[in-house]
Amino acid sequence: MSNPQQLRYSKEHEWLSAVEDGVATVGITEFAANALGDVVYAQLPEVGDTVTAGETCGELESTKSVSDLYSPVTGEVTAANQDVVDDPSLVNSAPFEGGWLFKVRLAEEPKDLLSADEYTEFSGN
Amino acid sequence: MSTAPRLTALDALHRSLGATMTDFAGWDMPLRYASERDEHNAVRTRAGLFDLSHMGEITVTGPAAAAFLNFALVGNIGTVAVGRARYTMICAEDGGILDDLIVYRLGDTEYMVVANAGNAQIVLDALTARADGFDAEVRDDRDAYALLAVQGPESPAILASVTDADLDGLKYYAGLPGTVAGVPALIARTGYTGEDGFELFVAPEHAEQLWQALTAAGASRGLIPCGLSCRDTLRLEAGMPLYGHELTTELTPFDAGLGRVVKFEKEGDFVGRKALEAAAERAETAPPRKLVGLIAEGRRVPRAGYPVVAEGQVIGEVTSGAPSPTLGKPIAIAYVDASHAAPGTTGVGVDIRGSHEPYEVVALPFYKRQK
Repeated sequence: MSNPQQLRYSKEHEWLSAVEDGVATVGITEFAANALGDVVYAQLPEVGDTVTAGETCGELESTKSVSDLYSPVTGEVTAANQDVVDDPSLVNSAPFEGGWLFKVRLAEEPKDLLSADEYTEFSGN
Repeated sequence: MSTAPRLTALDALHRSLGATMTDFAGWDMPLRYASERDEHNAVRTRAGLFDLSHMGEITVTGPAAAAFLNFALVGNIGTVAVGRARYTMICAEDGGILDDLIVYRLGDTEYMVVANAGNAQIVLDALTARADGFDAEVRDDRDAYALLAVQGPESPAILASVTDADLDGLKYYAGLPGTVAGVPALIARTGYTGEDGFELFVAPEHAEQLWQALTAAGASRGLIPCGLSCRDTLRLEAGMPLYGHELTTELTPFDAGLGRVVKFEKEGDFVGRKALEAAAERAETAPPRKLVGLIAEGRRVPRAGYPVVAEGQVIGEVTSGAPSPTLGKPIAIAYVDASHAAPGTTGVGVDIRGSHEPYEVVALPFYKRQK
């Protein structure tokens, strides 16, 4: 698997897209999706919620377990991916694309995120 | 566990297939190869191939083998015909379940007891201790067998293409020695999926040849390799108990709704008889809790240990839970107070990390195959 170069990554295995007009997209990495197995339920933050970098903002359930979803950045949620709520398997089939989770209007510059190469080394994938 | 995990004879093969491995009772076992939901659905609709070599085989031989097993186990093993198998349990003196087992009668004076991986040593020790005074020998055959299972509606056709054994004559819970894909095997029509299927006990050095032959024979019929993750959701839908979840040393077979496996009418005494007689009466007059099925109205998944609630009170506990691929909803098996155990009981929920999610109480199993 390869981690897209244009994204930045958290150690909780979320990715953050490039910022456009102050808004960035968040998802989980392919490595994380594979570790979870088939995702069957996604509880995402709602539009208008404030999320904080490093804190939980939702959960992902797979066949075997439930995992907290962490926000890699601080800001206000501007969109949640209804396609994933309706069909959580998108997280497995397209974690970096159609399986994105939510969009955030950044309240501050993201900190402590990894480049694709750094994340690849960190996750061993 | 501090020791290195045990590897099955198929370990290298699993890794070459890209399996996600997991520790299970000290064994490194395939959890899934790709999508566990696809694997589950393959077994329900076509066929799946499993490596179950972690299961613990114990051979019992000797003139008094049947009498010994009748004493050591709760079932009436003496009535099992040669070539047939029986689901049974081994209990402690206080009636607590030490393990659930399948016993195959291989010959007049030869039986194979198959224990769960996590309990195999306990069962072996208990059988060895209980054999004292019987003309019977208990032999640890855990390393003598690899175990492959072919499960699913296509499994008879797949197996028939690689064996001359009389599969039509092999009934559910029967086993016969034969040759499969050139390999000597004990062919058993048993499983843990709720589907028709076979379990093949073979020498470990033959496991890979058999796996490859079954893979080739099954390819055109949709057979895929399957891991323990889907085995768990398959058995859960089929309402089959799992030791450590529905069955524990704290419970008797009667507490688990499986009192039918205890045969008081058999000849002679058996370990746990007195305690089990009391447990049977208790289950009849004042059952504390009953094992029921729960089906979610929402999408959050109940997990083992979550409280079952009604009117703000805890009335039970989930023992197993998972998203059900067949039902398309989360399901659970739970012990609940008898007052709330009747199918259709309203107002029952599961406390999922602090929020009470509504659940429907149903009788087990959730899924029964069409025959």
